[in-house]
Amino acid sequence: MGGSLLEQLPLFLSYSNVSFLARAFGVTVALSIVGAVVGYTVGALLAFIRNRHVVDVLPARFLSVGFSETFRRVPFLVKLMVVFFAFEVVGMRVSMFTVTATTVALAAAAFSAEIMRAGLEALPESQWDAAESMNMGGVMSLRLWALPQAWKVILPPALSFTVGLVKSTSIASQISVFELTYAAKVLNERGFSPVLSFGSLLVLYFMICYPLNLCARRLERQLERPRGWKPGAPLLAESGAA
Amino acid sequence: MAYTLQWGQVVGFTGYLIGGAWLALQIAFLAFVGGVTIATVNATVLSYGRNRALRAAVRSYVAFFMNTPVLVQIFFLFFALPEMGVFLSSYQAVLLGLTLNVSGYLTETLRAGFQSVRRSEIEAAETLGMSVAQMTWHVILPHVIRVLYPPLTNQYILLTMTTSIASIFGLEELTGRAYNVSAETFRSFEVFSLSAALYVVLTFVASAVLWLIGRHLFRVKARFV
Repeated sequence: MGGSLLEQLPLFLSYSNVSFLARAFGVTVALSIVGAVVGYTVGALLAFIRNRHVVDVLPARFLSVGFSETFRRVPFLVKLMVVFFAFEVVGMRVSMFTVTATTVALAAAAFSAEIMRAGLEALPESQWDAAESMNMGGVMSLRLWALPQAWKVILPPALSFTVGLVKSTSIASQISVFELTYAAKVLNERGFSPVLSFGSLLVLYFMICYPLNLCARRLERQLERPRGWKPGAPLLAESGAA
Repeated sequence: MAYTLQWGQVVGFTGYLIGGAWLALQIAFLAFVGGVTIATVNATVLSYGRNRALRAAVRSYVAFFMNTPVLVQIFFLFFALPEMGVFLSSYQAVLLGLTLNVSGYLTETLRAGFQSVRRSEIEAAETLGMSVAQMTWHVILPHVIRVLYPPLTNQYILLTMTTSIASIFGLEELTGRAYNVSAETFRSFEVFSLSAALYVVLTFVASAVLWLIGRHLFRVKARFV
């Protein structure tokens, strides 16, 4: 078997295959970036309206909690199918890329809201009191002192969650989005050895995820924590593998 | 053409879907038990092992499973292993894939837990003349369980959700059964929304139960929600 693998290798690494995988690699990266940018923006807004020092409106808080509690507890695959058919229900014809990017954004929003909430809650209560006594509003507080301290708590878990996001895009192969996993399945069906096609897939994902995780770990070690920081255990807010 | 939602055709399948949830919970439980077993060995090697090569091997094991998608890992087990003469049924491939994948994450979790036991605690126990067994039972375990309980339950819930990809390999757990119902009734949006709701209820109940157990049995001081 090892011999036949070696024989297949030059054929597998032909120009057409490599460019095929490279394009799919691009789609995976694009899906992750679009989903992350949209999702983290929405997630930040959700985290802000959940913090009672920033926005003190109870219904908004309920909405924010409900959103992240719901979407954190639905598996990516099921979320993908719901979004896919929801576009059909409202009668919108969209590409599979849009469907997947929307799902990635939903997942990112729900989980990142939780990560950012934990980051904001890590700040000592007395600082909010001090800000209030100086007549600082919520947005001003965020801009001037809350976020400049909290990002140190937020960034490492957000980065490692991004890894989970990249990995979850592999599930989009189920609805025939041309991304890495789908491309490898196609190569496999064209008769290339599954060891080669799925093996190279593992290597390609590793190439995206490992540097990100390494960054996350390094940041976690290097960034000093804000004063009065206490470790919290954000429920379901790490890895996000599902 | 407007789409009219028809829940009536779908709610009758709730019992069938819950039956699938039972299988999902079983797979998650087995994979978690297997994962904790592997991870305990791994974390022990990482924390107390003196063999440099062995530690490096465990580290690359963890890096591999944390940095590649679990779906692709199972694809590899399912499609590539037969080429090497190992044949796994879809159930075996999914279970093995989930076990190996979660063991990578759990290794990190357990290692952090082991390291949280301070040297001074162990020294104090030694001063009191405790044996190793007494020390493990009275000092190390209560501490480690308290620290590890929240992240472990976290992992367990995530694992329960990850079992949904078993449907890709034809297993009839919650998501797999949702596909069946959708093929039978063509009310796809309704079915998948219903299964999404079931996942929310399922994981929420599981979180609540695990939180209560932790609070009363191990005096874990984590917040719920």
